[in-house]
Amino acid sequence: MSIWEYANPVKFMKTTDRILPWSVALAAITLGIGLVWGYFFVPAAENFGGSVKVIYVHVPAAMMAINIWVMMLVTSLIWLVRRHHVSALAAKAAAPIGAVMTLIALITGAVWGQPMWGTWWAWDPRLTSFLILFLFYLGYMALWSAVENPDTAADLTGVLCLVGAVFAVLSRYAAYFWNQGLHQGSTLSMDEQQHIADVYWFPLLLCLAGFILFFIALVLLRTRTEIRARRLNALEQRERMA
Amino acid sequence: MIALLLRDLRLAVRAGGGFGLGLAFFLIVVTLVPFGVGPQQEILARIAPGILWIGALLACLLSLDRIFALDYEDGSLDLLVTAPIPLEGVVSIKALAHWITTGLPLVVAAPVFGILLNLAPDAQFWLVVALLLGTPALSVLGTFGAALTVGLKRGGLLLSLLVLPFYVPTLIFGAELVRRGAGGMATQTPLLMLAGITAATVALVPFASAAAIRVNLR
Repeated sequence: MSIWEYANPVKFMKTTDRILPWSVALAAITLGIGLVWGYFFVPAAENFGGSVKVIYVHVPAAMMAINIWVMMLVTSLIWLVRRHHVSALAAKAAAPIGAVMTLIALITGAVWGQPMWGTWWAWDPRLTSFLILFLFYLGYMALWSAVENPDTAADLTGVLCLVGAVFAVLSRYAAYFWNQGLHQGSTLSMDEQQHIADVYWFPLLLCLAGFILFFIALVLLRTRTEIRARRLNALEQRERMA
Repeated sequence: MIALLLRDLRLAVRAGGGFGLGLAFFLIVVTLVPFGVGPQQEILARIAPGILWIGALLACLLSLDRIFALDYEDGSLDLLVTAPIPLEGVVSIKALAHWITTGLPLVVAAPVFGILLNLAPDAQFWLVVALLLGTPALSVLGTFGAALTVGLKRGGLLLSLLVLPFYVPTLIFGAELVRRGAGGMATQTPLLMLAGITAATVALVPFASAAAIRVNLR
C-alpha cells in the first residue's frame, strides 16, 4: 500500500468512506474531553485568572494554522512532481480550514489580549506574522477560484504555495527584526523549565490532538466534496458535448 | 535579450504611461498624505520614510499587470516562450525593463519627494540607497504575480492581493533603513538584509515566474 494508489479517486473515496466516521468520532471525543476538562476542571491560574482558558483554543488553532500551510506545501509538491490529482485537491480543501484557523488564533488572541495586555491588537511580531499568513491564505484561495481550468489552477497555486512558504517565513523573521514583542514565549516547548504546569498541560495535549483529528476529518470531507464536484463537472461537460 | 530589453523600453515610452505615470502617481500619494495627517512638519518627518516606501510600492504595483498582459494578448508571449533564449532570461529582462521604467525614476526623484515630506537631510542619502536596493526586488516579485495572473480576464485586484504580502520583508527592511538613517543609528543590518533579499529574489524568483508562464500558456 502506498500513497500513490490513492491518486485513483475511486480508491480514495472507498478508503475515506471507511475512515471518515472514525476520524469524526475520535475528533469529537478528544476535542470534547479536552475542552470540557480545560474549561471546567482546571484551577484558575494565579495572575491570569479565568482568561488562561483561552489557550485551549488559541494554541491548537495557531499550531494548525502553520501546519496546514506546511501540509499544503507537501501536497502541492506531490502534485507538481507526480501529478497526483487527489493531492492537489487536498491542498485546495485544506486552504479555507487554514485561513479559519489563522482567524481563530487572531481573534482568541485579541480576546485574551484585551484584559491581559489592555489592547485588542498590538503590532507584535507574532501577531503581525499571523496576519501576513492570513493574507497568504486569502491570496491562495483567491487564485484557486479565479483560474477556470482545474489543472492550471492546481499548478499555479502549487507554485504560489511554494514561493509563499518562503516569504511567510521570511516575513516572520523580518517582523521580529522590526518590532519587539509583547507575546509570551513558546507554549509548546520540550524544555522543562519554561514548560507550563502539568494541570494545564494535559488538557492542552488533548485539545491539540483533537484539533489535528478535527482537521483530518474536515480535510477528508472537503476533499471528497471536491472529487464529487469534479465528477459532476465532467458529467456536465460530457452532456454538453453529446 | 538586449533587443528584447530595448523593445520593451521603447514600447513603454511610446505607448505612454511608462516613465511618467508611476512618477505622477508617486507625487499624488505624497501630496495626499499631508492632507490626511495634517501639515505639522515633525509628524511628516516621522512618517516620511514609510510613506515614501508605500508610495513606491503602490506605484510599482500599478504597472505590474502590463508586464505580460499586452504580450499575452497579441501573442508575442507565445513567441518568446518558444524562442531559443531561456524563459527565465526573458522574465528577468521583463523585470529589468519594468524596473527601468518605474523603479529607477522613483529612485532618482525620491529626494525631491523627501523634501516635500520634510525628511531629515541625513536620511536623503539612505532613502536613495534603500530604494535603489529594494525596488529591483519589487519588480522581480511583481513579475511573479503578473505571471500567475497572465491568463485571467480581471486579474488586477487579484494581482495586488497576491503580490503585496510578498512585499512585506522588502518594505520592513527598506523603511527601517531610511528610519535608522534619519535617526543617525547604525544602518548596517537592514542594509545587508535588504541587499540580501533583493539578491535572492533576483536570482531565484524568475524560475518561479517562468514556471507560472509555462503553465498559463499550456
